[in-house]
Amino acid sequence: MSAELCKCTGCAEATEEELLNQLDDVLEEYVGTPGALIPVLQIAQTLFGYLPEPALKKIALALGKPFSEVAGVVSFYSFFSTVPRGKHLVRVCLGTACYVRGGKEVLSALKQALNVEVGETTSDRLFSLDIGRCFGACGLAPVIMIDDDVHQRVKPTQLGKILDGYRTEEEAAQKAKAAEENDYGFRY
Amino acid sequence: MPKLTINNVPVDVPEGETILHAARQAGVRIPTMCHVEGLHPIGACRVCIVEVEGARNLVSSCAMPAAEGMKVRTNSRRVREARKTVVELLLSEHNGECQTCDRSEDCELQALAAELGIREISYAGEKTKRRIDASTPALLRDNGKCIKCRRCVSVCGETQMVGALFPQNRGFETVIGPAFNRDLDDVACVQCGQCAAVCPVGAITERDQIDEVYKALDNPNLHVIVQTAPAIRAALGECFGHPPGTLVTGKMVAALRRLGFAAVFDTNFAADLTILEEGTELLTRLKQALVEKKDVALPMFTSCSPGWIKFMEYFHPDMLPNLSTCKSPQQMFGAVAKTYYANKLGKKPEQIVVVSVMPCTAKKFECSRPEMSDSGARDVDIVLTTRELGKMIHAAGIQFDCLPDEKMDAPLGLSTGAADIFANTGGVMVAALRSAYEIVTGRPLPGDNLHVRPIEGLKGVKEASLKVEKVKPEWKFLEGATLNVAVANGLANARQVIEQIKSGAKQYHFVEVMTCPGGCIGGGGQPRYTDNSVRQARIDAIYREDEGKELRKSHENPAVAKLYEEFLGQPLGEKSHHLLHTDYMPREKV
Repeated sequence: MSAELCKCTGCAEATEEELLNQLDDVLEEYVGTPGALIPVLQIAQTLFGYLPEPALKKIALALGKPFSEVAGVVSFYSFFSTVPRGKHLVRVCLGTACYVRGGKEVLSALKQALNVEVGETTSDRLFSLDIGRCFGACGLAPVIMIDDDVHQRVKPTQLGKILDGYRTEEEAAQKAKAAEENDYGFRY
Repeated sequence: MPKLTINNVPVDVPEGETILHAARQAGVRIPTMCHVEGLHPIGACRVCIVEVEGARNLVSSCAMPAAEGMKVRTNSRRVREARKTVVELLLSEHNGECQTCDRSEDCELQALAAELGIREISYAGEKTKRRIDASTPALLRDNGKCIKCRRCVSVCGETQMVGALFPQNRGFETVIGPAFNRDLDDVACVQCGQCAAVCPVGAITERDQIDEVYKALDNPNLHVIVQTAPAIRAALGECFGHPPGTLVTGKMVAALRRLGFAAVFDTNFAADLTILEEGTELLTRLKQALVEKKDVALPMFTSCSPGWIKFMEYFHPDMLPNLSTCKSPQQMFGAVAKTYYANKLGKKPEQIVVVSVMPCTAKKFECSRPEMSDSGARDVDIVLTTRELGKMIHAAGIQFDCLPDEKMDAPLGLSTGAADIFANTGGVMVAALRSAYEIVTGRPLPGDNLHVRPIEGLKGVKEASLKVEKVKPEWKFLEGATLNVAVANGLANARQVIEQIKSGAKQYHFVEVMTCPGGCIGGGGQPRYTDNSVRQARIDAIYREDEGKELRKSHENPAVAKLYEEFLGQPLGEKSHHLLHTDYMPREKV
């Protein structure tokens, strides 16, 4: 891909460098606080949308933790991602209750609807698909979470409607545009 | 002092003691896979489970404190069956390859399976995927053999505070390794090999270089010589069934000759040489600070231990000027062998192969550092660990116990007792004090038979102060001075000393650091399994070796004196500077 195509087309998103500077401010607050690693990782993920390696290294250095330990924590929790995520994170619970009440079918329907595998992001960067191990809502099984919203007793047939609720008109337009551009090999 | 019973045997144990330790008092050994003496129990392996009357579940004895009135059973049917299941589950994932595994002789998992009488594994299933990491010159990791006991994580994180290894991912996907399951070379690893020393299976070992040694020995155009580190003689016997602390210096020399080395030399020679160079460096720094009022880096740190050097390069690059510029004895030996000794033989450096036998895995890394080639060729070619030498002797069919005691070759095989004690924590400092004190005052080091007891033994951080009085005229500036020294073993302890120096809480002139607990006698390449009782036995042996020598001060080594006279000139002279000293480079911490 040429540099020309990579160039930001005027959106207001902060560059990684700016975000790393913001992370510095966060770290300043947390240095010396016991148990700071997970809260800092959560903030960093919100900031960047995922956890890029330069951010993880910065966190390791600032909190005085070995990089291997930070990576171990990041790779342990399914909530954390080291690859860029879509605008909305769809997480399917596969804890015991959700699993036996059809979580697996919900997952495969979502894979089909979004045309991605677990851990991947749709080509329009609207949705990322992930699995979770119990959201603590077993009575409502099977559940999925989209960002901070819990959707209960989900049936595969309802998924299209649920997802549409997260597609604003603008996003829908973007999606159409992206699909068009994809024909010419353009990607995000 | 809780009183409890273990298998109906009453025991009294100190408050906070675990059931595992209490059981030892009752004469019961509870097997464990994840426990490392002195470190926090993690209860990861579940092998040490026992039955406590009244408790609903079996408890892991390594983590459960003994309590008043507890009734513990370590060998009930319930315990036996559960333990067997636990070990079967470990075996079901373990990609053992037992016939061809480096650890087939001393695999703790295999031994435990045999002990429990496991004859079949009831759980067929997926094995952990084999993934070989040979990214460092020192260590070889195979995730397929890893049973996730996390002993390596404990020693790397707690004993060394390096933290190169940590569990990555989750569940069956868990791998113990560097960040994101990358290679060791991608993270800050000092290659000390303490992980390999505690690994119960063949998941972490040293890089085997036995064949490289044979290739060199088979080449008639090469003159292959060997040097043995001071710590080998107190541990090699363990490879042949001798108890820890058996001195086998003479048999080791005989075995090396029978393996075909053209000359059997001693790293001890270079240890004596190190004392002259490092001692002079310390006195020079003190003079610069006290007389010339120069801004010179003090305290000076010893530089013999390559794991420690790499630790400083990663974690305290601002204090690199405090490290002595002296190369380690291994590297000094290589540089002298390929110049001074080569000249005597009329050979070029590249016609000589220097093989080292070291208690250490980091030495494999050290000799590969690009700057370690001041002789014109690589100064040290191949490093074997004590374990590798043991294997080589076995494989050659040499009956170790039947060997006569032989002596090292001259000139690079001659050494004093001061060199022997380099093998253990405090030893380099004691050796340095023996010479420095005598050079400055003209009198032998006062005290107990050339010992400095406060800085000997297994304690993590030790200190001593030495008042210098009635000095020779040329050392007038030291009259009445008190020399403060510290000794640390294990990198977590070293870190503590550094922090105290940086905060100003402690002021020292000279600090000895050895990477491994107990010093080199507890190195990552020593026979397994090394605990504190083994360390102490090896230390006792080293001091026996020292006390049995006629010469016990480095500056009295006649072969070293001759080396200066014929070749080097003087300590810190131009030639020394070129061949025996080095510099260090900061490395990225993450």
